[in-house]
Amino acid sequence: MPFFDFLKDKKTKAPDITSSDRGMLVFENTSEVIRAESVLKANGYDIRVMGPPPEIRSGCDLVIEFPILEQLTIVRILSDAKIPPLQVVPVNSPLLKPVDLFHVKDFGQYLMVRAANMKLTIDKNSLIIVNISGGGCPDVPYLAAEMVGKSLSEAPSPREIGHTLCGYTLQLAYEEMRRLCSL
Amino acid sequence: MLAIVGTIPDRDFPIIAEQVTMEGHVINVQGNMVPVNRGTAALMAAAIKTCEVLEQPSPFGYLVGDIGVGHGSRRLYKLLTEDLPQRDFTTIAFHYMLPYVNRQNEVLLAIEKMARRPILIADAGYMYVAKMSGQALKYDLFTPDIGELAFLTDETVPHPIYTRGFILHKEEEVPELISRAYANNNAARYLLVKGCVDYVANREGIVSTIDSPMVDAMEPIGGTGDILTGITAALIDSGIDISQASIIAAKVNRLAGHYAMPTPATQVIEIIEKIPRALTDIINTEPLFESYPEQTR
Repeated sequence: MPFFDFLKDKKTKAPDITSSDRGMLVFENTSEVIRAESVLKANGYDIRVMGPPPEIRSGCDLVIEFPILEQLTIVRILSDAKIPPLQVVPVNSPLLKPVDLFHVKDFGQYLMVRAANMKLTIDKNSLIIVNISGGGCPDVPYLAAEMVGKSLSEAPSPREIGHTLCGYTLQLAYEEMRRLCSL
Repeated sequence: MLAIVGTIPDRDFPIIAEQVTMEGHVINVQGNMVPVNRGTAALMAAAIKTCEVLEQPSPFGYLVGDIGVGHGSRRLYKLLTEDLPQRDFTTIAFHYMLPYVNRQNEVLLAIEKMARRPILIADAGYMYVAKMSGQALKYDLFTPDIGELAFLTDETVPHPIYTRGFILHKEEEVPELISRAYANNNAARYLLVKGCVDYVANREGIVSTIDSPMVDAMEPIGGTGDILTGITAALIDSGIDISQASIIAAKVNRLAGHYAMPTPATQVIEIIEKIPRALTDIINTEPLFESYPEQTR
């Protein structure tokens, strides 16, 4: 049974993973942790249940460690299963928050918003997305192919079709652009 | 020979290890046609154009389809681990891959088994994983933009989205960010920082800055960073040292952008088409190229 596997893990060799590319999913209660573990393992994800660090002991007393770059897909799978996490944080620094500073550049006819490493640019007259730039995860070229040439109101959101933290970062830029355009 | 490692945003694109060529606006890999818009396809196209002008062989590509789910990236890490020890590449440019720290470490071990160590360039997701793994010093060149440079500077974060707010993403902060990245051992032997001003730097400090021609509209265009990395990789593989190649590539990229007369809605292929003209112009004016064959000059 997956949950009890976690208890056994204490006595066995630690999985071959490093913490620098891992995140933690925090849930409301242990029952949700158990269900989430089953759902994610059934989807083939390399995860493990563990105790949370002191900084984030606000939810239940277990968290799920997961590959953080795949955050967008994993959160979507859990939301579809009706067990969205309360919080998603990096393992190494659980108090870190996603960037909330946006850089906005006005090119006259065009407007660009940058969030961290992702930039989204629209034509101000038509609200068509004319370019997406930055990022390093493989869903960025895919997102660009799906979104560029479509209007802000018609394009799929990165949250819907993205998979990674770069996709999530683009979602932040996308939401800020929609806010600026009063959509 | 230059090898380029990356992903194609098509879930059905097969895993391929083969020389790449270009036909019109499309990359041809073993009969698989890849449109050039941004990402690794743009890097490959820029490298191919540069190699053509320098009369160098077309690059080798390690490619796989991946739209961000990671299946393709994981297969490609495995292929690299198995295949690289038998190869003799002089330069490898790693690009769009889903970052997996342990798999990247395995690829580094495979590179150590090669008969001679190639020059290692990392951009995009592979630069993220190189930094996250603490192995940045094993690489010869990183090519971050300013947001990614801030990520390299912040020793604790797993991705640029978590870069702490006190680390400012401002152009005037770039020299300080470069110093901090080196102080934390999170930078490669050389950095080529892409921005309004391009910086070439190493642990000793700023080697050069390139700021003209200034083409403001290039910043929002997806793929302009990718093509700068592609030009740089091809120049390095032709035998030019890393700092000189980075400086020349930054000039070529800007000149190609200038010739394309872009707007923020321009697509990167329009700039890639101008690379041969821009590179030829630089070759004809740059003292470094005086020893090049007359037909190239």
